[in-house]
Amino acid sequence: MNLHALTAHALLDLFKSGKASAKEAYEAVVGRIKSIDPKVKAYVHLSRSQPHYAGEFQIPIAIKDNLCTKGEEITCASRILKGFRSPYDAGVIERIKKSGGSILGIVNMDEFAFGSSCETSCYGPTFNPWNLQCVPGGSSGGSAASVAADEAMWALGSDTGGSIRQPASFCGIVGLKPTYGRVSRYGLIAFASSLDQIGPLTKDVRDCALLMNIISGYDERDSTSVNEPVPDYTRALVNDVRGLKIGIPKEAFVEGLDAEVRRAVESALDLLKKQGAVIKEVSLPHTPYAVATYYIVATAEASSNLARFDGVRYGLRVQPGKVRKNALVDMYEETRSKGFGDEAKRRIMLGTYALSSGYYDAYYLRGQKVRTLIKNDLDQVFKDCDVIMTPTSPTVAFKVGEKVSDPLSMYLSDIYTIPANLAGIPAISVPCGFSKSGLPIGFQLMGRAFDEEMLLRVSYTYEQNTEWHLKKPTI
Amino acid sequence: MSQFETVIGLEVHLQLSTRTKIFCSCVNQYGCAPNTNVCPVCLGLPGTLPVLNHQALLYGIKVGLALNAEINSFVKFDRKNYYYPDLPKGYQISQFDFPVAKKGYLNIKSGGQEKRIGITRAHLEEDAGKLVHDNSGSCSLADFNRTGTPLIEIVTEPDLRSPQEAYDYLNTLKLTLQYLGISDCDMEKGSLRCDANVSIRPVGQASFGTKTELKNMNSFRAVKTALEYEVRRQTQVIIAGEKVVQETLLWDDEKAQTRAMRSKEQAHDYRYFPDPDLVPFTIDYKIIDGVRAELPELPQAKFLRFLSQYGLSEYDANILVADGGMADFFEAAVKEYPQAKKIANWLAGPVLMELNNRKTPIQELKLSPQGLVTLIAKVEDGVVSNLVGKEVLTFMLDEGKGADEVIKEKSLAQVSDDSALLAIIDEVIAQNPAVVEQIKSGKPNAAGFLVGQAMKRSGGRANPKKLNELIMRRITGV
Amino acid sequence: MPITKEDVKYIAALARIDVPEDKLEGMTKSLGGIVQYVEKLQELDVADVKPTSHAVPVGNVLRPDIIKPSLTNQEALAIAVEAKDGCFKVPLVIE
Repeated sequence: MNLHALTAHALLDLFKSGKASAKEAYEAVVGRIKSIDPKVKAYVHLSRSQPHYAGEFQIPIAIKDNLCTKGEEITCASRILKGFRSPYDAGVIERIKKSGGSILGIVNMDEFAFGSSCETSCYGPTFNPWNLQCVPGGSSGGSAASVAADEAMWALGSDTGGSIRQPASFCGIVGLKPTYGRVSRYGLIAFASSLDQIGPLTKDVRDCALLMNIISGYDERDSTSVNEPVPDYTRALVNDVRGLKIGIPKEAFVEGLDAEVRRAVESALDLLKKQGAVIKEVSLPHTPYAVATYYIVATAEASSNLARFDGVRYGLRVQPGKVRKNALVDMYEETRSKGFGDEAKRRIMLGTYALSSGYYDAYYLRGQKVRTLIKNDLDQVFKDCDVIMTPTSPTVAFKVGEKVSDPLSMYLSDIYTIPANLAGIPAISVPCGFSKSGLPIGFQLMGRAFDEEMLLRVSYTYEQNTEWHLKKPTI
Repeated sequence: MSQFETVIGLEVHLQLSTRTKIFCSCVNQYGCAPNTNVCPVCLGLPGTLPVLNHQALLYGIKVGLALNAEINSFVKFDRKNYYYPDLPKGYQISQFDFPVAKKGYLNIKSGGQEKRIGITRAHLEEDAGKLVHDNSGSCSLADFNRTGTPLIEIVTEPDLRSPQEAYDYLNTLKLTLQYLGISDCDMEKGSLRCDANVSIRPVGQASFGTKTELKNMNSFRAVKTALEYEVRRQTQVIIAGEKVVQETLLWDDEKAQTRAMRSKEQAHDYRYFPDPDLVPFTIDYKIIDGVRAELPELPQAKFLRFLSQYGLSEYDANILVADGGMADFFEAAVKEYPQAKKIANWLAGPVLMELNNRKTPIQELKLSPQGLVTLIAKVEDGVVSNLVGKEVLTFMLDEGKGADEVIKEKSLAQVSDDSALLAIIDEVIAQNPAVVEQIKSGKPNAAGFLVGQAMKRSGGRANPKKLNELIMRRITGV
Repeated sequence: MPITKEDVKYIAALARIDVPEDKLEGMTKSLGGIVQYVEKLQELDVADVKPTSHAVPVGNVLRPDIIKPSLTNQEALAIAVEAKDGCFKVPLVIE
């Protein structure tokens, strides 16, 4: 029995019946990592701490390189944080440890989550387990690839504009971005504080519900965390969508959408219809402005969030050989210029521009206002629909290196995932087929704020009636 | 009469004495070993988040109310972005467009005139760390203990018209803030800091002149001196036909002059935007009323009450009110012994002198209101003279003993015993026949001289009233 | 409004990022492209729209004024690039 290939809930059943132990599972996964990861390159490094076998959910987990984990080097895949060993655990890491989870290691990402391909990492790219010449998506590319390649039972990622959902769809697994405030951001190295949310990447929907049960909940250290009771998400796993209303935005199926992706999502829709769901065409008229809004708001916040990486206290410090301005300013500029990659610099500059004197109203403030319009569009649709369905990404995974030189086209591929972040609502990506070239396709469901249960119910129904989630890549 | 008018606005930063810092749970304490009151949050470690200290918000509202300001019903925090090694996050959490309080005022007395100084706003923010220069002179050392200390910044309108007015405003403000019990207001420790904006303009001109910003003054006296210096400098610049340059100047107290900052900081473009890590606050009337209920009587109200309720002189009332501890002491004493004026005289006189000599606040003196009134009663009852009473006070403070004990131990009680006094009086009468004649011829006031002589001989311990009585009886037989 | 090299220099200085002369052209172009794209936001009339800074409204989150243990000096300095005399050592700062 290949323990590493199982879902977390299947493993838990084996633990319960005594047919396997947590130690065996952990060792099986580590063995898998050792044999496969040299090809996939999902991991930045394995955990420095030994697993401890106690607790209800002793499931080995992979952690994205932007979640502070005590004693581990956490770098956001950036040179500027090289050598930073976190002296504390993020809120979600505390919850994982308390539940019995063993941290396998730290997985790769786009530098500071700036990217959709995992190519901007200072450690080099991670590869898609379904085709090692393709990207795994991003920014949580390491999280998605590790789960898809059975190098982890499940993983944590973060999602600012699609960074959980898009790699989940590229790698053929399930990825959920919870409602903003559902999961504590304490210890998540911020990209855009008002958009970031931590969430699970799992092999199936049941695991997604289980991991949500572990990580969700109020944290007094995060002012934006919501103090509301957390339901048992596994109770939402019912194979029944009869009478549920699924909204299909007419803006979603337009130019730029790959024909294979379109077909796969449409047939998923048909299946749900056959299961009794009601399909409704809806409109999100401000969708065409979502990407522009996102790149203003997200980069503005990022430019400020990343100011703390200045070489003064921790991480990288570079002092140039000769004096340019003065020792201090030279150190700042040299450290940040050497420490950040091109995409990080580009976004910091863009965000600085959007906030700078004379431009604030035209860019940042206007962005925040359009954000309101986008949110209102969604609120309007949710008055009548239980979920909104779209593709997760307009294309399947692309080749490594294919889009690096064209940042704007990379940004535009986030068109489906960005609105959920702007509106703070939950959204999930679920596998729904493969391209002719054998690459996974996913659809996205968006739901009302704090109604993750509805997303899980519809996803679960779909999954129970398909077998996409059972497919494994050959590496 | 100068042809120029001075225009001054002040910014006061006040550290709030909450138990913990403004956005994390580290202790808010001065004087600890470097980097021992720090945590991942105030060190600005990646991933950490701020949560506002409830007490800091309440203190902010309190300051607003004390300054007659409007409390904003919607309050939020913003990031002020700039780089400096004492600022761990690369931004300071402050308040930009929705500060806790706005549009207030403070009445001051300056040169005998009452004047209302407008308060533009008061906003909460976090303090930065401290940089010390290493002995080697080749590097600086950063201590982040102070990082995250809650500050309230109080900004005036450009309403002040002279350095003296600025000085008087600062003293009035400080007293008001001290009454609130929210800060130790100690400039030496840096818990109260003041920057000044100053410009001059021809008398009668409506628009303001170009201002300069003065920093680095570490006493109110220094603020006044620096402003005087800067007004002179700007006047000379303009008279010479040149233009005042808008800049930030550092005051050098030793050299008594200003100097330009060496690091030419680029244009201040702080890129304020709402801090997404903090949520907005709705301050409703319930919260405001709660704070208002805790608001102590403020100095100006207390001053007026002391005049009307106790019939004190303005001089005495001023002295008592200038020190909240003294005013409280006074009222506690009056409860024990309803002789307000006498108590005020004692506090404004001998007690104040002792406080100055000992450089200690009244709260730390070994003297209770009961202790003081016991002493005053002894003087009033003639047990000791006024003069000896002051001596008794000194002993009481030195030794922490009660008036009775001191008087007994040191044998300081007045001698009222007739036989003992008569012996002295007889001697005095015998030696001053001329004076005796005067009294006899109908000038009883002359007896004062004999009382003085007798007092001398008694070593100050004789009861003067008794002496007068006995002398008169001896001479006139009445 | 097209973004100029001067704009890029100004932003770079604000962001404490050194953009050397030979990279200025490229950075101006790539930022310019994105700025041009986001210009489409100017098409919308947002005069009466309130800005959203928090999508999920939460308010009045406060922390009780209760002291919790800080890091020790050793723990704090364990992350330091350079430390001296209990402090973080930094390049010489001039006022």
